[in-house]
Amino acid sequence: MNDLAYTVAFVIFAAITVGAAFGVVTKNNLVHSALLMALCFIGLGGLYVLLQADFLAAVQILVYNGAIAIVFVLGTMLTRRSTRHGTNETDENSPSAWIAALSGLFVAVTLGVIMHTPWRYSAAGPVQDTPDVLAQLILTDYMLMMEAAAVLLLAAMIGAIVLAKGVNAE
Amino acid sequence: MIGLAHFLAVAAIVFALGLYGVLTKRTIVGMLMGIELMLNAVNLNLVAFSRFITPEILTGQVFAIFTITVAAAEVAVGLALFFRVYRDRNTVHVARLNTMRW
Repeated sequence: MNDLAYTVAFVIFAAITVGAAFGVVTKNNLVHSALLMALCFIGLGGLYVLLQADFLAAVQILVYNGAIAIVFVLGTMLTRRSTRHGTNETDENSPSAWIAALSGLFVAVTLGVIMHTPWRYSAAGPVQDTPDVLAQLILTDYMLMMEAAAVLLLAAMIGAIVLAKGVNAE
Repeated sequence: MIGLAHFLAVAAIVFALGLYGVLTKRTIVGMLMGIELMLNAVNLNLVAFSRFITPEILTGQVFAIFTITVAAAEVAVGLALFFRVYRDRNTVHVARLNTMRW
C-alpha cells in the first residue's frame, strides 16, 4: 500500500477515535456521549482495517455500532423523560483535576515505555483471508474458550432479561 | 511510516480517557461508557501486536473476538441493572445509591 495514503488514513482514523473518545467523557448530554461513542467505534473499525484485520473490523462495526451503541442510546432515551441537559455531568465531589492529572500521567508513562522499548518486528506479511484462519483457530485450538464464551453469553442474556423484566412473583 | 508505536499511542490515549470517564462520571451509564472505551483500547492493542509482532498467527485477533464477546455480555447485564435501579430508586446518580455504603 502507498505509504502516504496509509499515513493519511491513520491520522484521520486516529483523530476520529481520540476526538470522539474525548467528547464521550466531556459532553454533558448523555445522548451526545452515546452517539460520539458510536463515532469512536467507527474510527476504531477503520484502524482495524489499516491493521489488515478486516473480519474484526466488520465485527467491530456490527457488534459495537449495531448493538452496543444503539442499546446505550435507547436506554438513555427510555429512562430520561425530562430534560436531557446536564445528564452526564462530571461529579463535583470527586477531584476531577487530580483524576485528569493521573490519566495524563498514565499516558505520559505509557508513551515513554512505548518509545523506549525495542520492538521485535516480524518481517512476515499479514494473513490474507483472516476469516478462514480465525475459524480454523477458534474451532480447534480455542474450542474450550469458544464454548465458555457461548455459555457466558447465554447466562448474560438470561440474567439481563430477568433483571430488566423482573420475576413474576405469584 | 506508521508503526506499532503509533497504534499503541492511540490505544493508550483512549484508555486514559476511558479511565477518566469511569472515575469522574456521576451516572451509571457514563461509567459504563468509560469501561467500553477502555475495553476497545485493549482490543486495539491486541490487534496491533498481532499485526506487527506475530502476523502469521492470528492469536491476538482471536483474543480480541473473545474480548468483544465478554464486552457485549457485560453491557447487556450492566444496562439491565441500570434499568432495574432506575425503576426501583428513580435515580441513576451513583452518589445517591449509597445503601451499601459503610
